[in-house]
Amino acid sequence: MSLSLKLQDCRIAGLQKGRERLPEGSIRTFCLALSAILQFCIPAISAQGPIPDIRTLHVQGNVHILVGAGGNVAVQIGDEGVLVVDPGLASTSDKVLAAIRQLSDKPIRWIVNTHMHPDHTGANEAVSKAGSTVSGQPAAIVAHEGVLTRMTEANIPSAGRPLNTYYGETKDFFFNGESIVLYHDPAAHTDGDSIVFFRRSDVLVAGDIYVTTTYPVIDLKNGGGVQGVINGLNRILALAVPEHQQEGGTYVIAGHGRVSDEADVLEYRDMVVIVRDRIRDMIKKGMTLEQVKAAKPSLDYDRQYGAESGLWTTAMFIEAVFRDLSAKK
Amino acid sequence: MSRWGVIRLLVLLVVLLVPLRVSAQVNLSGDWSPRQHEDQPDRGPGPELGDYTGMPITDGARLYGDSWDASRLTIPEHQCKVHGSPYIYRGPLQVRIWEEKNLRTQEVVAIKHYISTYEQSRTIWMDGRPHPPEFAPHTWQGFSTGRWSGDILTVTTTHIKSEWFRRNGIPYSDRTTLIEHYIRHGDVMSHVTIATDPVNLTEPYIKSQEFVINPRPQGNWLWPCEYVEEVDRSKDEVPHYLPGQNSFVFEFAARHGIPVEATRGGAETMYPEYMKRLRTLATRDGAAK
Repeated sequence: MSLSLKLQDCRIAGLQKGRERLPEGSIRTFCLALSAILQFCIPAISAQGPIPDIRTLHVQGNVHILVGAGGNVAVQIGDEGVLVVDPGLASTSDKVLAAIRQLSDKPIRWIVNTHMHPDHTGANEAVSKAGSTVSGQPAAIVAHEGVLTRMTEANIPSAGRPLNTYYGETKDFFFNGESIVLYHDPAAHTDGDSIVFFRRSDVLVAGDIYVTTTYPVIDLKNGGGVQGVINGLNRILALAVPEHQQEGGTYVIAGHGRVSDEADVLEYRDMVVIVRDRIRDMIKKGMTLEQVKAAKPSLDYDRQYGAESGLWTTAMFIEAVFRDLSAKK
Repeated sequence: MSRWGVIRLLVLLVVLLVPLRVSAQVNLSGDWSPRQHEDQPDRGPGPELGDYTGMPITDGARLYGDSWDASRLTIPEHQCKVHGSPYIYRGPLQVRIWEEKNLRTQEVVAIKHYISTYEQSRTIWMDGRPHPPEFAPHTWQGFSTGRWSGDILTVTTTHIKSEWFRRNGIPYSDRTTLIEHYIRHGDVMSHVTIATDPVNLTEPYIKSQEFVINPRPQGNWLWPCEYVEEVDRSKDEVPHYLPGQNSFVFEFAARHGIPVEATRGGAETMYPEYMKRLRTLATRDGAAK
């Protein structure tokens, strides 16, 4: 199909521009050669995305992922417009907008924030102003009210704050031909987390409750907790349905890292539970934080999720779990 | 012969010889059955708990194995998990192999596998396409590309979901890269796997299996799976042993009279030089008794 279309396009170009000078056989040869080159080039271009720094991948249904803007960006497109989950860092807003424009020329109607951190919300204002609601206002920003509270405390300008909030367990609306449901799990990554479920596309956007690159970031200062992370992961497991032999079906966009499915989230959930159980057992035995760290309770996962330096180290993760469990003892 | 005549002759030779080169490749197509005499205890009944002998594992992988509790497989979401490409060819299975060809050029676009265990399908792309970006989904069998080196088909697989190298809990991670060599000798096919995993291995882990062509491929090619609630437990309860509390992992050493240290794996236990160390350990342990 794609081969014949390219050949047809090529023939038309050849007939229009060079028929007088090139014989038909040469045109055919040129077209076949160009077609072969395109066959090799097009997959690579698709995988790289439209802009070098922002790479895109079609996940499923109406939903795409944009990678390279801090946290992962999810974009839902359709006839009614564009919905963006977590537009990313402020510094990459132009590139995110350009990448969105490569996917759709429809107006950006909605922004959803899974939580308040700037690697997910920094571009709120720019992306909101680049879009519009049906009444001509900047695109509406939706989040749990905990996000608005924290961003207000942090003096984020009001144009970048989610003013369309909910405070219960769920919020839902219909856009681009599918139901979109936000689920709130209290005290998880923060106290304002939402998991976003695109029901027809069958894609979940997890925010930082689920990441594939590090241990879960438990932001105690902003109301996070290890049990909330486990509850959030269990919610993803409850919502996700694998297609065949624990593979495919519902796809999960991690806050950071790769696109996943239920089996991947399951392994991560198991890891968090096992490490929690070990630290809880050590606390029961009266071990201090330093003794717990020295005992390496996450040794079997450290080469996968751990780090000696950076924004979220293994030591910080262990300390967060230790302090959270100690406070609830 | 004119200059254009020489060029035309060369072009004609290229056109004629390229298909000859392609068609000269060994064809792996057919229904294959395993011969499990090699490493039979590992592949049939399964490895004993705590048997990590000859595995170049990290300290972390060893702890993962020691913490492993088979009851974890009673969790509904675990019940229909399958064996991934680094392990699935070790078990009882039938594998059907065929080639997908471009009808116009007769070039092999892909070599396909259908594996009876867990109804698994693999596509080994032969058309030179790149592997997906690192943030693309992973699958049990991963994303595979192949190339011929003489009569050896070499396959590189990435984007594999995490699972186990051994059924007693030694894991491989989703960062594993698998290199396979398929070598056909008439009705016998040797399959060599070389796994590298920066999370759980300190050196590549190499295994081999033999398959025999099966002209009467009867038996079961299906593996329907539907999970059930086997145990009533909290959703955030995952069966595992806390560090130091799994006494079962030492039964293997006691049962076979092997020094415990030798059963714990590590790259050094793979090499012949370890025999000297083993004799020292045996003497020490004997004296201790």
